[in-house]
Amino acid sequence: MENMSGISIMASILWSFLPVWIGIIVVFAVSMKYKQSLGLYGKLFNSTVGMIGLGLLLFWTFTALFADLITQFDAYSQLSGMKNKLPGTPVPGEEGAYYLLGGDRLARDVFSRMVYGSQTVLIIAPAATLFAFMVGITLGLPAGYFTGRLDSVLSFISNLVLAFPVILLFYLLVTPEIRSTGIPIYLAALLFIFPIVFLLILFKTRFIAQPQKLKVYVSITLVFGLWAYSGLAFNADPFGVWSMDPNLLNIFVSVVFVNSPTVFRIVRGLTLDIKTRDYVAAAQTRGETPWYIMLWEILPNARGPLIVDFCLRIGYTTILLGTLGFFGLGVSPESPDWGLTINEGRKLISLNPYPAIAPALALMSLVLGLNLLADGLREQSLKD
Amino acid sequence: MLNFILRRLGLMLLTAFCLTFIVFYLTNLEPNLEKLAKEQNNMRMTDPQVLSWLQKNGYRDPLLSRYGQWLGFVPGWTGVDEDNGKQTGRCVRRNVDNTPSYCGVIQGEWGMSTVFGEDVGKIISKRLGATGWLMLWVMITMIPMALIIGVLAGMREGTKLDRSLSTFSITTTATPEYVSGVLFIVLFASSKYGLSPLFLESGTILKGSAASAIKSITIENFTLPVITMALYGLGYIARMTRASMAEVMTAQYIRTATLKGVSFKNVVLKHALRNALIAPFTVIMLQFPWLLTGVVIVETLFNYKGFGWVLVQAASNNDIETLLGCSVVAVIVVLLTQLISDIGYVYLNPRIRVK
Repeated sequence: MENMSGISIMASILWSFLPVWIGIIVVFAVSMKYKQSLGLYGKLFNSTVGMIGLGLLLFWTFTALFADLITQFDAYSQLSGMKNKLPGTPVPGEEGAYYLLGGDRLARDVFSRMVYGSQTVLIIAPAATLFAFMVGITLGLPAGYFTGRLDSVLSFISNLVLAFPVILLFYLLVTPEIRSTGIPIYLAALLFIFPIVFLLILFKTRFIAQPQKLKVYVSITLVFGLWAYSGLAFNADPFGVWSMDPNLLNIFVSVVFVNSPTVFRIVRGLTLDIKTRDYVAAAQTRGETPWYIMLWEILPNARGPLIVDFCLRIGYTTILLGTLGFFGLGVSPESPDWGLTINEGRKLISLNPYPAIAPALALMSLVLGLNLLADGLREQSLKD
Repeated sequence: MLNFILRRLGLMLLTAFCLTFIVFYLTNLEPNLEKLAKEQNNMRMTDPQVLSWLQKNGYRDPLLSRYGQWLGFVPGWTGVDEDNGKQTGRCVRRNVDNTPSYCGVIQGEWGMSTVFGEDVGKIISKRLGATGWLMLWVMITMIPMALIIGVLAGMREGTKLDRSLSTFSITTTATPEYVSGVLFIVLFASSKYGLSPLFLESGTILKGSAASAIKSITIENFTLPVITMALYGLGYIARMTRASMAEVMTAQYIRTATLKGVSFKNVVLKHALRNALIAPFTVIMLQFPWLLTGVVIVETLFNYKGFGWVLVQAASNNDIETLLGCSVVAVIVVLLTQLISDIGYVYLNPRIRVK
């Protein structure tokens, strides 16, 4: 078989992504139809920038979901004779099978590795950002609301973490040696408790007058929360549903740890601003508890900037994960992680640039999508 | 004002203490010390050998005492070499007869690097110099470009020019150094791909390695690292400038000037620009610490042996004293730029005074 031409490579790549295109079209069609009743998300479809951003994000989300349908090979298999081959090289012995973006220096398919690389990023980045937000919100609200000594202490700690160069912190926190001391587990134990605490306070303040409902919500949170907590932080889930690879836990915890202080600062700043509003004073006069005011008066009114920052922060976390991979921290040397692949690929870049370029463009387009989405959301939320 | 600066300096000292202690604690964890011992000798050391090496080199003193030794509050450890009976210790230097009992940061001694086998103070000051040149050129290219883009985009909000420049800024903030660096190398520094084969018979337009820039900086070897770093920071500053400019352009005095018949060019240059540049100043100052991470990536990517390169070498070999030195530098950079940005803000904006 002959090598494919440039145009037919493009065509086959586009064809491989067919499930992704169908997914994007379905989501866009449904959202457009009901956009009037979808709130801020629906308004996104009035802005071109926001739609492009959402499109890019959906592209990578569906790519991660349908990775098995898109690729012809897995991320690890090394086929003989495919080392450093050009894009569109046919695989010997297999009819109609091509390395669409060529082979890397270990004769693996660059295209498949790029597609599979999206999976970890799209799970870890949003989840880590969510946890960082839980920590930042749970600590930032009281710091901004009560101020005083609590605020000084928390602000000092957050500034301390922010004064660390990110890379140094990663080099100190994400190593096999650190894993054997158990520090990541202690950090996880500390950081993973925040979502549970947050939800408990949330329900406690809302349903204080309805003890029946309160009991239901609190027990659901406690059962599920502690179940997940035992599995994720200590790997001690009795049923084995919740567990995390120690490597992954180490990365996850470090990324949450690095992101939380920034979220804390943002939430604290917003709280300081919003607590001077009249509706907060009204709630105080009504005799609402401080935590009710924080969670049900201040937080909903801070949601605009927080949603925008959430999108931006997922992008930033993606960049951080890439940085970790680039320095080979916390990832197994085989994995199709984008940052790691870029670093691997750059060593032979003048000979064969594709193994480095493919994940580089992938990472860039995902972050770009998130940034554009944030921009669209900001634009639309300012219109209110 | 003096009171404010003193308080900030005090806070800076406290932060530096906490931070260096955390670094000290993390690098002195048992597995890290074991790794250090093995890297200094050989990888197949037995556990008793590791322990005796640690004992001989003063790593068995209590943690706080050793942190004190590094600071210079506690006398450096001393011992006697069993093989030749010579005195060993933290403060023992070759070619010096009388050994001082204290040798820490207070005495101006930053310790010995285990990776480079040199004085940490010397290494860091030499490598910081190299990074200084990189930073200088990054600033020279990044700041004017960012300000021009921001002002052009912000002066007429919502126009096509604004839209395209804003999209450009967003794209640059979405392109971390390790992505843009790789793309630039393929584009300009590959003899088979990108632009080089189109324009040149052989060789490349620019060099993909900045290793020779330590000796002499040329356009060939320094352009790629500089643009790679400048590009990532550029978008953020440009967006801040744009927001600030757009806000100023809606102010009353701008409308007055326009209605008086001042030309648009003069409105922008004489009335709007000065006020619009206050906010970006703070952003630019706060950008420095962020550039520190960029320095590490770019220096690794382009093989430029500066501060970032030292940090990576020290961190991957658990070189305790070099890492402590690096973190002190980092803290000073972060907190000093915060201080300068606060003070500068007050001077630029007379409406705000520090209480």
